Amino acid sequence: MFKILEAEFLAPGIKRFVIEAPRIARKQKPGQFVILRLYEEGERIPITIEHSDPERGTIGIVVQSAGKTTNLLNSLKTGDSILDVVGPLGKPSHIDKFGTVVVMGGGVGTAMAYPTAVALKRAGNRVISIVGARTKELVILERELRETSDALMLTTDDGTYADKGFVTDKLRQLIENGTRIDLVLAIGPIPMMRAVAEMTRKERIRTIVSLNPIMIDGTGMCGGCRVLIDGKSEFACVDGPEFDAHRVDFSVLVQRNSMYRTAEQKSMEDFQRETKSQIESVRAQQTAACALQGELR
Amino acid sequence: MTQSTEQPPKQKSLNPVPLKERMKVPRQHMLEQEPLLRAANFTEVNLGYSEELARREAQRCLECAKPVCTTDCPVGVKVKEFVQLIVAGDYLGAAAKIREDNVLPAITGRVCPQEDHCEGGCLMGKKVEPLGIGYLERFVADYEQRHLDISNLPKAPTTGKKVAIVGSGPSGLTAAGDLVQKGHQVHVFEALHEIGGVLVYGIPEFRLPKAIIRQQVDYMRAMGVEFETDVVVGRTVTIDELMNEEGYDAVFIGTGAGLPQFMGIPGEHLNGVYSANEFLTRINLMHAYEFPKYDEPMVDFRGKNVAVIGGGNTALDAIRSALRLGAGHAFILYRRSEAEMPARIEEVKHAKQEGIEFQVLAAPLEFLDDGKGWLAGARCQKMALGEPDASGRRRPVPIEGSEYEIPLAVAVIAIGTSANPIVQSTTPGLNTNKRNYIDADPLTQRTSRKGVFAGGDIVTGSATVILAMGAGRRAAKSINEYLTGSGTW
Repeated sequence: MFKILEAEFLAPGIKRFVIEAPRIARKQKPGQFVILRLYEEGERIPITIEHSDPERGTIGIVVQSAGKTTNLLNSLKTGDSILDVVGPLGKPSHIDKFGTVVVMGGGVGTAMAYPTAVALKRAGNRVISIVGARTKELVILERELRETSDALMLTTDDGTYADKGFVTDKLRQLIENGTRIDLVLAIGPIPMMRAVAEMTRKERIRTIVSLNPIMIDGTGMCGGCRVLIDGKSEFACVDGPEFDAHRVDFSVLVQRNSMYRTAEQKSMEDFQRETKSQIESVRAQQTAACALQGELR
Repeated sequence: MTQSTEQPPKQKSLNPVPLKERMKVPRQHMLEQEPLLRAANFTEVNLGYSEELARREAQRCLECAKPVCTTDCPVGVKVKEFVQLIVAGDYLGAAAKIREDNVLPAITGRVCPQEDHCEGGCLMGKKVEPLGIGYLERFVADYEQRHLDISNLPKAPTTGKKVAIVGSGPSGLTAAGDLVQKGHQVHVFEALHEIGGVLVYGIPEFRLPKAIIRQQVDYMRAMGVEFETDVVVGRTVTIDELMNEEGYDAVFIGTGAGLPQFMGIPGEHLNGVYSANEFLTRINLMHAYEFPKYDEPMVDFRGKNVAVIGGGNTALDAIRSALRLGAGHAFILYRRSEAEMPARIEEVKHAKQEGIEFQVLAAPLEFLDDGKGWLAGARCQKMALGEPDASGRRRPVPIEGSEYEIPLAVAVIAIGTSANPIVQSTTPGLNTNKRNYIDADPLTQRTSRKGVFAGGDIVTGSATVILAMGAGRRAAKSINEYLTGSGTW
């Protein structure tokens, strides 16, 4: 059982949690993720670690409500617990002094790009951050990224805040202005990462993306998270999650992520119908598991 | 073994059946669920012995002076003695006798390939069917589960030594059980959320119910073994941290051969193509067959053509699971012939009864796309048998011009696994072989790192539950010697 010490919405449907997980907090490096499971009948989902505090023994994650599990997770509050949290998994981001790095975050991907941006800045890079959100209220971590970056560019799809447009528009501006870019890190929805990859491929700018395929164990055991890299299967959980964007087959990623769409929709509909009772049963399991844990000690 | 000069007093057998009559008693068959019924559910196929059947079977034992069953057992279960206790009606005594050598009797009684070990060596087997040792072991273990109060198990005086076990599969559990009985403090780390390793994620409910594993683990808890889930050793904590910072005096690595092998043929990324590990993990660990009660989904198998590629126990577990998910046509695609199949005899028999088809001497060359990213079929090639290869089995040789296509909705690749690299890559000085399995002494299970032992599939490559248990047992003995001896390496 992993206790939730803090839980707050950063934006509608986007919640930040601070979880007690001392072992993970001690080992986490930017770019790594955890897998969590909320209750006995739950699935295991991977979520990138947003920050860790080894002294306090905590990690932070930022979760966007999408399917049943993320909606259920975002219903949990301070004082609740998460049944299983395992990690840190995956290879850490490659941090080096590259020169000028453009860190691009789309939607909740911003929270995943943030720890790497911090590390890149510390390593002596000039960091230009480009953050995009669908609309004003979904812009997250603006202040944090502004503090970390040498320059911050913001876009919203609908123009309700900052500039109307997409993050790729800003990247194009940078390229057209003749800005020397040594590395691009793009984390966000697949169409966004794909668009960035297409744009930088022509310019021969090294580009890293963080992939989010369906995953179960996260240790290389099941092979469900395989992605096609240069035509060869690699496992996002142990070989990634970050990959050279120009070698990723995004179509296969989209296709594999759609594999269980019907079932996912059914789970979501059931959850929407019985939200209250499902949250209650999760809490009841937590209480029982806590009692058992005490007993075993 | 020391030989006593005195002859032990010859004990009068309690067995009411005269020795020469015993071969005439047929092997008592275990009750099973009807094939057509069980092919549609995930509950256990075998239903177990009644006391009466167990005693009748036990009475068949010839009580050999030099029982080969014991010497052929990787953990050395004293078969003759436990069988005699069944004859005497002392089932708890029989269970205790097994436990002297095997801490997981309810599991081995179900999944051990007895034909390769105890029953394979049974003298009766030369003339009639061998003694049903696996069935008897299972009976005794299940009886113990129902009748033994484990709240007050005797505990060995503590030695003050701490041992970390990495991985809670068969080798780790066995090592843990043996070490805790020597009075060491034993802490088992498991990467997944459930204890049992391959027993939990790999072997389906209809062959090894989860409740049985949980009961065996509860027994180990009652013995004093500590368990911690959600720890990926190598990532969450390293071997060096366990030894230098958490005070462990020795570590046993039993992480298994976890990485699934793919075939490297076109179309493996298509939706509907699974590794056996993923397919079985979804079903076993994540209960996808109970969707939507459980959240983990599975593609719809109902009425579909499903092929599993491979001929081992994993392949059979997968195809029989596919059948239970409603597959219309479920078949094994194996590149050698049935004689070369490594699967347990009972599993092949059960699979055939359930209607699994075996297409042997054939292998896929390519998985075909339906145009939308889903599997539509496979282009296969026929094989002939050539000379024996390194494994001693006859090598499959492709027949030119024999390509053919089959329609398929789901394909599961069960052609083996390779070493999980996480521990090796994060433990400096831990030697591995060229396939990245850990180098360990076959007798002491010692590795190149002082205080670090390894055993099971992470040393040998994919093998069986009982062979991993044998390695766990040797490791426990050797760890105990290391901890209580001079501590030299």
